[in-house]
Parts: sequence; structure tokens; C-alpha cells
Amino acid sequence: MPPLAIRVESVSKRYRIGLAPRRYQTLRESLSSSLGYAVRWIARSGRGADGSRGDSSSIWALRGVSFDVRQGEVVGIIGRNGAGKSTLLKILSRITEPTNGRVRIAGRIGSLLEVGTGFHPELTGRENIYLNGAILGMRRDEIQRRFDEIVAFSEVEQFMDTPVKRYSSGMYLRLAFAVAAHLDPEILLVDEVLAVGDQRFQQKCIGKMESAGSEGRTVLFVSHNMPAIARLCDRTILLDKGEVIADGPTGTVVARYLNLDEDLRQPGASVSWPNPEQAPGNEEVRLKGMQLLGPHGAPQAEFDAGDPIELEVQFWVLREVPNVVPMFRVYNEDRLCVFASAPIRDPVFGGRARQVGTYTARCHIPPLFMAEGFFSVELALRTLYPRRFFLPGVRLLSFRIVDSGGEDSVRGEYRGLWPGVIAPALHWQSDYLPQIEVGA
Amino acid sequence: MSMTTRNKADTETADVLVKPSSATAGSEESDGFVGPVQEISASRGWVALRLSELWQYRELLYFLVWRDIKVRYKQTILGAAWAIIQPFFTMVVFSLFFGNLAKMPSDNIPYPIFSYAALVPWTFFATGLGNASNSLVGNAGLIQKVYFPRLAVPIAGVLSPLVDFVLAFVVLIAMMFYFHLGPSVAVIWLPVFLLLAFITALGVGLWLSALNVEYRDVRYVVPFLTNFWLFVTPVAYPSSLLKEPWHTIYGLNPMAGVVDGFRWALLGAKTPAPGPMVWVSALAAILILVSGAYYFRRMERTFADVV
Repeated sequence: MPPLAIRVESVSKRYRIGLAPRRYQTLRESLSSSLGYAVRWIARSGRGADGSRGDSSSIWALRGVSFDVRQGEVVGIIGRNGAGKSTLLKILSRITEPTNGRVRIAGRIGSLLEVGTGFHPELTGRENIYLNGAILGMRRDEIQRRFDEIVAFSEVEQFMDTPVKRYSSGMYLRLAFAVAAHLDPEILLVDEVLAVGDQRFQQKCIGKMESAGSEGRTVLFVSHNMPAIARLCDRTILLDKGEVIADGPTGTVVARYLNLDEDLRQPGASVSWPNPEQAPGNEEVRLKGMQLLGPHGAPQAEFDAGDPIELEVQFWVLREVPNVVPMFRVYNEDRLCVFASAPIRDPVFGGRARQVGTYTARCHIPPLFMAEGFFSVELALRTLYPRRFFLPGVRLLSFRIVDSGGEDSVRGEYRGLWPGVIAPALHWQSDYLPQIEVGA
Repeated sequence: MSMTTRNKADTETADVLVKPSSATAGSEESDGFVGPVQEISASRGWVALRLSELWQYRELLYFLVWRDIKVRYKQTILGAAWAIIQPFFTMVVFSLFFGNLAKMPSDNIPYPIFSYAALVPWTFFATGLGNASNSLVGNAGLIQKVYFPRLAVPIAGVLSPLVDFVLAFVVLIAMMFYFHLGPSVAVIWLPVFLLLAFITALGVGLWLSALNVEYRDVRYVVPFLTNFWLFVTPVAYPSSLLKEPWHTIYGLNPMAGVVDGFRWALLGAKTPAPGPMVWVSALAAILILVSGAYYFRRMERTFADVV
């Protein structure tokens, strides 16, 4: 077992919260209320900010958090907003102190809590590289040594001597990240830096973090970007309301995160109308409901690429109509129609006419077929030929596919972005001959 | 339990606090660490100054000062001239109103140089104090996002006006030539008095910057404080106006010692030697500095949360 890099022992952090006017007291208020108690006031000071003053309310951002990280592990930290992730990183970075508990760390720490910390707009790119490098903890000779690499990585070579306030936001980010990327700490703490920047920048960030992991550094990565977490981290810790509620293999913990509350599953995963009056459609056909179901039969908004998706549609036929079928289209983030489908060959939907009644149609979307990403489903109730729409295409549901890299995963161990509108698992057959074969 | 953080795998420093079990090879199984271990935990009460850590971050300190100086002079037309204008024009006004019109005594030295020799260290002090007092709030972004010993921030604030000091000092030398006044052998004491000014500015700056984080009206108190202090310091008038024992008690204002000492070191026999007042000033300055440093370190744990 590799040696420990970080040991967090029952760490808690309390913040004092209150109305803004109370937060910054004026000296006058303090002095008048503690007139003659100057010494006691000094003795009391320094404890106020973590909430021990009786009259202000406080929240516990972290409660009794404990875990170990070994050298070389790449660990993801996920959770909803307000779960305590950034607070935890701040404590590990020694920016703020825990209220209780302790942390023990072996190794040099590099923290990326923000990109471009300390950048000054009046200074040039060159000057900011030195400044930012020093702020992040690099020695001057280190910065000098790696200066050319940093400039090359940032791709703003020709603007090195222009004040940074003239840079576009993209250039600014690239430069800032270039400096941060050349930190060589033993332990790297990263807080959602991927949240800003364009696609290319995000890929660069992911790439750098992957190489940090493969170089044997210990990395703690806080993010909301589940695909990135799944790609980079073998182990993930889930925080909720300041506590660790899951700590284990990424696939399991991410699934747990998705099940955290109904909100993440329902809207987007299921719609239904209790009776035909308010339901979408016309006088003849009304939509009753549509759901996306996961492997356990419950509505879900996020699926693993290795899981099948069941799309179920229910509709009412109020008057006898020709052969209306549900037809859906799946659109991806680029607004491309990935595929469309309708139950053309289903015997229930065969024939010429539909009788009055309630119809249910379930479509099985196979596993290892969809690419990763965010998709929306548009449903229509129509006859295929001649074209007649009883319910014109409406976008009702959306879902996300994440490839957590299981055994059957199409992506396998590949950590980059798998290209393609779909990502089907196809059959390959290979042959090998022990000699070099020439000719036909 | 007080904070026992040490600095990390910076192998040059031998000064590392390590639990015995984790330092030796073949450590106990219960402690899985290998090598030096840092500990982060809540600190209570008074905290050690940890000057060795500050020394390890000296390059950051250098960069903070460098940044402040560079930024100050970028995009300015007059650039370095600003450093000279402030004390010089104050001297002109003082000479006109106090020296000429009010006929203020000036220890037998021409009034302009009498006041200017005091204004040069004074301007350094006032600027340093103002910078230091606002330094934490001004660098709030850094403090919330990066770890480094926070003492570096006010120290950088007091160091950056040194450049201005040097420029104003050059003008002072020029003026001495003009008035045919040469320095005496006492001039070797000059750096000591400069140091005293530095210590005072830093000491008060540490108190004020720590207070400013929580009580934002401190920022508005500082200009008033500086103005008031100017008149309580023998810049426009000589301290010889006071008789003993008041003269020595006057030393409780550390800048009185600085200013008198500066004049004496530069102008030698022309001004009376400062005497016991300077010792009082030095003591006062050191007390302010040490108490300020400890207060600052005690409040440091709240900075990132409150600033």
C-alpha cells in the first residue's frame, strides 16, 4: 500500500452567518459596548469569526469529515452546491482553519482554487507569470526554468509584453492555467477550474490533470462535471450537507449522487397527465405520459452508457383514428438528431385503425450505443404515411449519458473525448500471423 | 491546542516538527505516513509568529513588493517624480508659513532643510502605514484563495515605499549641497533611524490591518490618524521646544525619535543629539511591533473567512 498522503480526521468547520450590517461591526459599537473591558475584548477576539459569539447564528459547513488518501490516488469530490466541497479544499490548502478535528499531510501542496489568482491587470503577461507562479508557491528559479514551457502551453506568446487587461478572457484563462499547470506539487488540489472556459480549454485542463495522475501525484478534484470525474478518478467521495455519505469506486458513488434526491431524476425523466382534458394532443388523440426508465424500472435522468434505457409512452385514443404511432427523436447538444424511432413493426400498432382506448408503447434503447452527453427527446403522435400529426413534435424530456467505464464500456481505458454522435459497441475480429506476409 | 503547522517537504530546512513514529523508517503501522508530516488543526489563543516560515516565503514577499512598485509606476506620466513631489511641496508650504511667516525656530538650520529632512522619513512612514493598514482588505482575493504567511502582506506594504524614500532622499542630498551642509560622522546611524521608522509603520500597520478586516471603519480612521500624527511629531517644529522631562516623554511617539535622529544623523553638529528620547522611541516602536505581530497572528485564523 502506498504511503499516506492525506489523513483527514473528523474535521468540522463552522461559519458565522448573519445579516450584513452585523458582520462588520464598527469600532464605535465595540468600544461603547465594552468600555472598560478593553483587555477582555482582545482576549475574546479571534474567536468571533467561527461563531462562538452567542448572539449570531452559524452553520456547519463540514461535520466530522474523515478519510485517507494514499500517494498517487486521484480522488474526486462531488456533492451538491453547499455540500462543503470547497470548504474542505480550503482547509486542506491551509487557507482557513478547521473548527474541530485535524488534517495531516505529507508532501508539497499545490492548490488550484481559482485560475489566475493574483493576476494584476496592469502587469504584462510575462510579469504575471512570475507573480502568479510565486503566489502559487514556485521558486523564482523554477519559474525561470519553466518559463518557455509555460509560454508555449498558453499560446499567447506574441502578447507576452502586453498588459493583461488587454487580453481576451480566453487568453487570460489560458495564461493563468499555463502557470498553474506547471506547478509540480506532490499533492494537487483542484476546485472546479473546469467550470470556466471553452471546450478546448476544458479538454486541456482534463489532459493536464490526467498526466498529473499518471505521474504519480496525488490529486483531489472537486467538480460538478460528472463525465470528467468519471474519466479522471478511480475513487470518489460524496459530500452532502457537510458529511461524507459515500466513499468508494467512482461508478458507485456517482450513481449514489444521482439518486440523492428526486429532483435529479424526475423533471426531465417523466411527465404525465392524469386526465385527457389538459393533456397535449387534439380531440382524437391525447398524450397520457412519457418516461425514461432505468434498469430498476424507475424514472431516471442520468444513465450510464452501459445501461439500457426504456422509453415508455402512454396515450389515449378518444375516437377511432387511423394508425397513429408514437414517434420520438433524440437530439444532442449540437442540436443534431441522433436517431428517431417508431414502432412500425409492433403488432399492436399494425393494421389500419386504432380503437378507442389507452395505449402503452415501450421502446428499448440498447446499452453501449449512445454517446456521452446531454440529450433531449422530442415526441410526436402521428401517422407515418400519409403524414398526419395528432400531437406535433414536443420536447418533453431530457437525459444525460455518462460513461463510467465499466467492463463493457466502449471507451475502455481511453480518457479523452470519444468522438461520434453515437458510440456503439461494435464487434471486431482480428487475426495475427507470426511472419510478415507479402502479396495477395 | 496551538497550531503546529510546519512547512513542508522543503528539504533544506532542518526545522521540521515531526511525530517520532512517522519520521523513522519502519514506522508504526498505525501511522501510514512516510516523511515529514504537516498538521492542520484549529488554533486557540495566541499563536507563534513562525518567522522561519515567513523567511521561506521571502520570494513571494519580493514579488508582492515588486508588483506594488511596478503597478504604481505604470501608466503614470510623472512616474518617479511623484515620490519627490509630496515631501518637497509640503516642505515648500511649511517653509513659507511656518518658517517665514510664523518664524518657527529650527535649531539653527535653514528651515527648508530642517523640515525636509524630517518630511523624507515621515512620508515613508505615512505611506507605509497607509499601505499596511489596507493591505489585507486590498489583497482579499489572494487571501481567500492561496496559502502563504499573511504577515507578508503588510510587510510588503511597508517595504514598497522604500523606493520613493530613496528618490526623495536623493533630493535631500541635493538640498544639503545647496545649503552647504555636510553630513557628520553620525550619518552611519541613518539606517538605524530608517529602521525605526519601518518598525513603527509595520507595528501600527499590523494592528490596523488586522482590525480593518473585521471593522471596516478603520480604513477611514487612518488618514485622520496620519494627519494628527504629523502634527504630534516634530516635523514642522523642533523638539527642543519641549523641556525635560517632557522631552523624553515625547519619545513615546516613536516618530519623534525617528525625525530627531534623522536630522541629527544627517546634519551632525548643527542639531542637538537626540538623547534619552530616542531610547524611549525605540522601546515604544519595538513594543508596538511585537504586540502588533502577535495580535495579527492571533487574528489570522479569521482572515480568509471574514475579509
